Amino acid sequence: MKNNSKYLIIGNSVAAVACVESIRRTDAEGSITLVSDETYHTYSRPLISYLLGGKIGPERMFYRDNNFYTENNVNAILGKKAVKIDADKKTVVLNDGSELGYEKLMISTGGTPIVPDMPGVKSSGVFTFTTWDDTNNIKEYIEKNKVKKAVVIGGGLIGLKATEALLALDIKVTILELADRILAATFDKKASAIIGSELEKVGCAVITNNTVTKINAAKTGAKNIKEVVLKNKKKIPAEILIVAIGVRPNIEFLKSSGIKTNRGIVVDDKMQSSLKDVYAAGDCCEAKEFLSGLPQVIAIWPSAARQGRIAGNNMAGGTEKYTGNLAKNSVELCGVPTISVGLTDTTKEKALEVIEVYEPENLIYRKVVIRNNKIVGIVFVGNITRAGIYTGLIKDGVDISSFRSHILKEDFGLISLPKEYRKHLVSGAGIEV
Amino acid sequence: MKKIVIREEYCIGCRLCEIHCLVQHSKSKEIIKAYKGEYPKPMSRVRVEQLHHLSFAMQCRHCEDAPCLEACLSGAMHRDKKTGAVLCDEDKCVGCWMCIMVCPFGVIERNTEGKKIASKCDLCTGQEKPVCVKNCPNEAIVYEE
Repeated sequence: MKNNSKYLIIGNSVAAVACVESIRRTDAEGSITLVSDETYHTYSRPLISYLLGGKIGPERMFYRDNNFYTENNVNAILGKKAVKIDADKKTVVLNDGSELGYEKLMISTGGTPIVPDMPGVKSSGVFTFTTWDDTNNIKEYIEKNKVKKAVVIGGGLIGLKATEALLALDIKVTILELADRILAATFDKKASAIIGSELEKVGCAVITNNTVTKINAAKTGAKNIKEVVLKNKKKIPAEILIVAIGVRPNIEFLKSSGIKTNRGIVVDDKMQSSLKDVYAAGDCCEAKEFLSGLPQVIAIWPSAARQGRIAGNNMAGGTEKYTGNLAKNSVELCGVPTISVGLTDTTKEKALEVIEVYEPENLIYRKVVIRNNKIVGIVFVGNITRAGIYTGLIKDGVDISSFRSHILKEDFGLISLPKEYRKHLVSGAGIEV
Repeated sequence: MKKIVIREEYCIGCRLCEIHCLVQHSKSKEIIKAYKGEYPKPMSRVRVEQLHHLSFAMQCRHCEDAPCLEACLSGAMHRDKKTGAVLCDEDKCVGCWMCIMVCPFGVIERNTEGKKIASKCDLCTGQEKPVCVKNCPNEAIVYEE
């Protein structure tokens, strides 16, 4: 029997949750069904590294109350996977063969970790690290095999957060990065170098310009991983291997649907896809990038939350529009806080100007990237005080001419900004300066 | 909801708001102990900005459309259902600093002496008026609907 609902949401992470909340702001009655292949309540994927490292317990994985579904009157179907959508019939087919009808559909299926095909990749002890189940499997494997040596492929955010968790478990870690430095996507060389040397101080080996070409496992028993062989034939002992080279939008199941995709699902400013009444949000979609205006997959939490909200609003008849993805990451590694926002790579465009404070001995680096008198990016390492003010200046495209010389001074603040902008910022909603 | 309104033309830069805020958010609620004898050291959640003859006290605006709520990945940052205030549940906070990255007012700070948590104005939960407002000698911050 076909189960019909006004709103159907595929996915259960932050885009889905924000979508539910957004729909309920305008439509208290319309039926909502949510489907997820994971069995968990609303848990936070970025917290898995905290869970693995023992910084938090499982009870703190949830970022919404456990009455979230009932309070929002959501029919949550957990542990079942959407395998096909039929936009003409307006139905979604699940892996158990059941069919769900919808008036408005939201796809927020997130990303799938990329695992390169190489000899030995199916050995026991090779993991990806994006879900709670991954974390449980890794933990179980570590305990069972008394793992003391790990290799992490990929020096991006996921790889480094995995590294940090493994270090907290007293496991020696070697990071392998194909680029010439860690955090190449979000950081510049100076920022990468500070974090790289901190990692080495705590006993973590960082190998760049290299990767794994082969995995050697024990010939007997559970065929557990023993070592990895690098591009340069060097062998590194590894009792566990975490593959963290990136994620790709999880959109395979949409192949037969006729939905337009590039890298991710193509969406407009309302987060609507090429199919009528079908919306998408989060890591599976390709929304407009804020600075360039071009579509781009930027798999970050705040964008997913905002996109889910915009999708929900429009699904419920609203007219909110998405202003664009701005890459932004905040991560503390080895006790050093870091924030990067917007355009941080200044090597590819001559017109970019940089103002910076660089004190590697104090683990401090603050860089502001400027184009045509407007801030377009920041990298802050070691001192992230008031970083959001700069994020706001990027988003609002504020001309910095009048406070340029002050921009990285210690007392830089709202007071440094032009009076009209400052008043505009703090006014509204009953607040005036 | 009631919010703190900033009136920069009245601020004399005395920073009494910072002192009262810090004491209010200490364990002892006594000024000497709060400043000299507590661990983790309490922090003021209001900041006086000063440039030449201009100054004003700045604390969380408890935005209607608060970017910190959206960016928070632990569920710590939440809106109080009764008062509408944006609050940080310090038990839930993991210190990821996403809120610091997105707050356009720069009014959330790292508190790292004890467990790492985001520190921000809570409008002095339980008090009739936030202590910064109550103790401002020149009504440079007022608490209004």
